Amino acid sequence: MFKKLKRSAEGASVPHEKATAGMATVVMPAPAKVVLPMSQHIGAPAVPVVKKGDTVMVGTLIGQAGGFVSANIYSSVSGTVSAVAPVAMANGSSCNAITIESDGQQTVDPACVPPVVTDKDSFLKAVQNCGLVGLGGAGFPAHVKLSAKGIDYLVINGAECEPFLTPDTREFLECSDTIISGIEAVMKYCEIPNCVIGIERNKPECIDLMSGLVAGMKGVSVKPLPMRYPQGAEKTLIESCTGREVPKVGPTGKPGLPADAGCIVMNVTSVSTLGKFLKTGVPLVTKRLTVDGDAAAKPMNVEVPIGTLFTDIIEFCGGIKEGKTLGKAISGGPMMGLAMFGTDFPVLKQNNGLILLSREAANLPEPSACIRCGRCINGCPMGLEPVNIANAYTAKNMDELGKLNVDLCVACGSCSFVCPAKRPVTQTMRLAKDAYMGYLRSQGGK
Amino acid sequence: MDERLIVTASPHITAAATTRKMMGTVVLALMPCVLASAIIFGMRALVLEIVTTAACVLFEYLYTRLMKKPNPVGDLSAVVTGLILALNFPVSLPLWIGVVGAFVAIVITKQLFGGLGMNFANPALVGRIVLFTGFAARMTSWVYPDSAVGQLSSATPLQVSDLSQVDLIDLFMGNHGGVLGETCVLACLIGFVILVATKVISPAIPVAYVGTVFVCFLLTGNGLHFALAEIMAGGLMFGAVFMATDYVTSPFTLKGKIVYGVFIGIVTFAIRYFGSMAEGVSYSILLGNLVTPYINDLTHQTPLGYVKPAKKAKEG
Repeated sequence: MFKKLKRSAEGASVPHEKATAGMATVVMPAPAKVVLPMSQHIGAPAVPVVKKGDTVMVGTLIGQAGGFVSANIYSSVSGTVSAVAPVAMANGSSCNAITIESDGQQTVDPACVPPVVTDKDSFLKAVQNCGLVGLGGAGFPAHVKLSAKGIDYLVINGAECEPFLTPDTREFLECSDTIISGIEAVMKYCEIPNCVIGIERNKPECIDLMSGLVAGMKGVSVKPLPMRYPQGAEKTLIESCTGREVPKVGPTGKPGLPADAGCIVMNVTSVSTLGKFLKTGVPLVTKRLTVDGDAAAKPMNVEVPIGTLFTDIIEFCGGIKEGKTLGKAISGGPMMGLAMFGTDFPVLKQNNGLILLSREAANLPEPSACIRCGRCINGCPMGLEPVNIANAYTAKNMDELGKLNVDLCVACGSCSFVCPAKRPVTQTMRLAKDAYMGYLRSQGGK
Repeated sequence: MDERLIVTASPHITAAATTRKMMGTVVLALMPCVLASAIIFGMRALVLEIVTTAACVLFEYLYTRLMKKPNPVGDLSAVVTGLILALNFPVSLPLWIGVVGAFVAIVITKQLFGGLGMNFANPALVGRIVLFTGFAARMTSWVYPDSAVGQLSSATPLQVSDLSQVDLIDLFMGNHGGVLGETCVLACLIGFVILVATKVISPAIPVAYVGTVFVCFLLTGNGLHFALAEIMAGGLMFGAVFMATDYVTSPFTLKGKIVYGVFIGIVTFAIRYFGSMAEGVSYSILLGNLVTPYINDLTHQTPLGYVKPAKKAKEG
């Protein structure tokens, strides 16, 4: 009750739609070609190290990290490089990319051998060589995250709060051994004493399985989480799992990071990918996606080589359901995913779903007048007040936007989802945040 | 056929709740009060309610038509306003006065300020207050149900000289004079349960409001019976459930809702106990409406990870 007075926000109760949770992953054969953009992470784009005509194998380095905050890119098929040229990305930007024609053999590069890890430095080097980024959607290079100091909690994100998506559920059920070995490695080499695996209560089979597996492990526990979206948002997850709040401002005056609360958050698929890499030496070259939505003929979980075009995946999954017209193709989940303006885009490392909506489902209702019901306030996981922020943004009142902490918005979509007047509140929040950040920069501030 | 894909900003799904459904739920929650008014005061109650509601919807339609605005009748908010307004009338009120009230509520209080969501005070409440001021005698010409007994057969509960003698069951069932919707506490409570169970309203405002009035009257030392009679008499229950909880004119956060409930509770108590008026619910809610922007400003919720900016050290 006291906590509710401080912050009545509790997130949104979104539908689950996890029909694919019980479906074992289907491995998609290598497509005729893959397109591997050099920017599949936050930070500097990778630099191509192959040229047209080169022969590559699965796991061959084709893009070298372009700095510390960047990540390596590896070939996901064996075959021949057919182009190194900029391509259009699903988000509207363009980015240098390497196109590889597959020979269908999927020969693994003999250079892929399990890394020798002895201490933190060699461990971080191995993480870098895995090409690992935050696989839950953010795409933040993992070695940067793991190099933080003074961490006492490793939080494993298995919340998977987005509707439809189940790749993390399948990771728990199919790859629990590499999840455990990945967690053990991170805890050992980064000297993190505690680990909490957060799993939403709508996945009881995962909670049971993991609880059994971590029973004998020192410092590791499983935390069943409430079914409220966005339970898997980093700051929300940290609060649910450890009770700590990531401060708005870190000690250096920059926006607060999980490390400022002594935490590192890793997606369960990320930590499992790390476990696999330490065992086999094959870097991050495949990704499991949930293909679902009312226009998907055969909803399923499919493991594809990174760089596979969505068009090929749709075809592999039986195309569009008969009688439906594809209205919207979303990479990611329906709450935060990106509506693509075509389907000829490649799967990136951090993609975890392809949601196909029919025209009927894709058309959102017309917005009407705000009735000031305050649902957006109770829905905001960060405890912000979208209705007030929207008013301040309309008035272009930058000081008020700052007072209302618009910079904390994580664009989770809860406010738009819960709005009974169907107003695009999240979109306004994003615009307001951008405007405020631009204002701060123009003021010569942080 | 156009095969291009639809591109919009996320999220790509929305909740089932719509303004229309929420207003519809409020209409449903008002039905027990409508039913109770018909049982207690007879069929004329229904006629008055239907005419007032129809007038509200018509004024809303005509005004937006005149102003070339989109037709908002489908959102049912005018129906809610009309019903709440009609439930604030005595059964004997001439129909044309009900129509005047509908005009004040919809055109003057709501549409002139920008329509749904922009009004500074609850339209039904202002309609009621204007009629009370303008047609005081007609708005208080009480009709007493035949079944009313004792003091309640000739006076509304708040006019009774000694409330501690009044039968609480009679008060609870609404077997006495008063405006249409307020007499039956049971009907108001059923409406409250419907609204809370469907999450259309948070229980915070009604509970804080009624609780505050109860505690204040208890503190006057007139005993439990008196305090219970006070919260069941007059428009307190009806106002707390249906009028104080109006979204547009009440605070956003839980903290704000509690402050608001306590504030109007104290004002209601003060008007009833110290003032010359018997009834204080409508004026206190109106006052609450007016201070809502200030309450909102003082009762922000604390964002996750919010750190108070360090105060600059005073320079000596």
